[in-house]
Amino acid sequence: MTKAQLLITIALFAVGTMMTRFLPFIIFPKNRTTPKFVTYLGKYLPAAVIGMLVIYCIKDVDIMSGAHGLPELISIAVIVLLHVWRRQVLLSVGVGTVLYMLLVQFVFV
Amino acid sequence: MKQGNDKIKALEAAFPRTIPILAGFMFLGIAYGIRMSVAGFHPLYSVLMSIIIFGGSIQFVAVPMLLAPFAPLEALFMSLMINARHLFYGISMLEKYSIPSKKRLYLIFGMIDETFSINCTAEPPAGVDRGWFYFFVTLLDHSYWVIATAIGAIFGTAVSFNTKGLDFVMTALFVVIFTEQVLTEKDHLSSILGIALPLVCLLIFGGGNFLIPSMIALLAALTVAKKPIEKRGAVL
Repeated sequence: MTKAQLLITIALFAVGTMMTRFLPFIIFPKNRTTPKFVTYLGKYLPAAVIGMLVIYCIKDVDIMSGAHGLPELISIAVIVLLHVWRRQVLLSVGVGTVLYMLLVQFVFV
Repeated sequence: MKQGNDKIKALEAAFPRTIPILAGFMFLGIAYGIRMSVAGFHPLYSVLMSIIIFGGSIQFVAVPMLLAPFAPLEALFMSLMINARHLFYGISMLEKYSIPSKKRLYLIFGMIDETFSINCTAEPPAGVDRGWFYFFVTLLDHSYWVIATAIGAIFGTAVSFNTKGLDFVMTALFVVIFTEQVLTEKDHLSSILGIALPLVCLLIFGGGNFLIPSMIALLAALTVAKKPIEKRGAVL
């Protein structure tokens, strides 16, 4: 690619990404009443989307081979239990991440 | 002076929430900068992309496409596909982001997974301006991403300690946010659907193709559940 083509391609990656972020706000602007169904979605969708984000993070885990997803399973279980117990975000995230690193570097190598 | 104090208070409230993202982005951003450098791109390109695209997955996917022959429509289509989940973020944030002025544009521009997960679930402390809180969460995340990209692109190859598994910090953050949500919400239906349907789709369609079917399944399920949910008067 020439420099111009490269910059156009990069710009289009940005345009495509921004379309997905701006579209809902363009379709349902502030000054017009949002359809009831969309308001309903806006209220109940967030909880589901956070769940989907968790699954999105583990999408490339191969349960059929290698460590069979055990490092992820163990770490996520520890994070959930620790968080239910102490309710401290940074503690749960920190312990979970270090545990995962230890598991993939030393236990399931 | 009041305006200035509002900003500082919001920044002080926002920063601690973004610490896990700082850790995650230092890792992912540096990895991205290295990836681009290894592919032969000048650091300015990597930094430019992190500034104007600001999206982890699509920027990684873009690397081989930037090395391939010119295919602008493919670039556009790929960005739309990979980032389609942002549509859901937008619908979820219509109300929260209905703040005045130019800040709103920046909030929408910077609505990545991590920023969305914080702004969607965190309640800024009393006395802290909502708009500025959202703004600083977004700005901090954006800065981490750009700075980490620059570090990776410029000095990347000098980093040598074993960071294997560090990218799990993002998974950990989302798991914690999800757990916190389940502990505080009154009705768990939406959370359960949000885990169960994408998981089923992942098993059926595989990691590369499960996101769009998951979104369709979630929309369908929430449409069917609208009447019963509203009848129960469920409040999340």
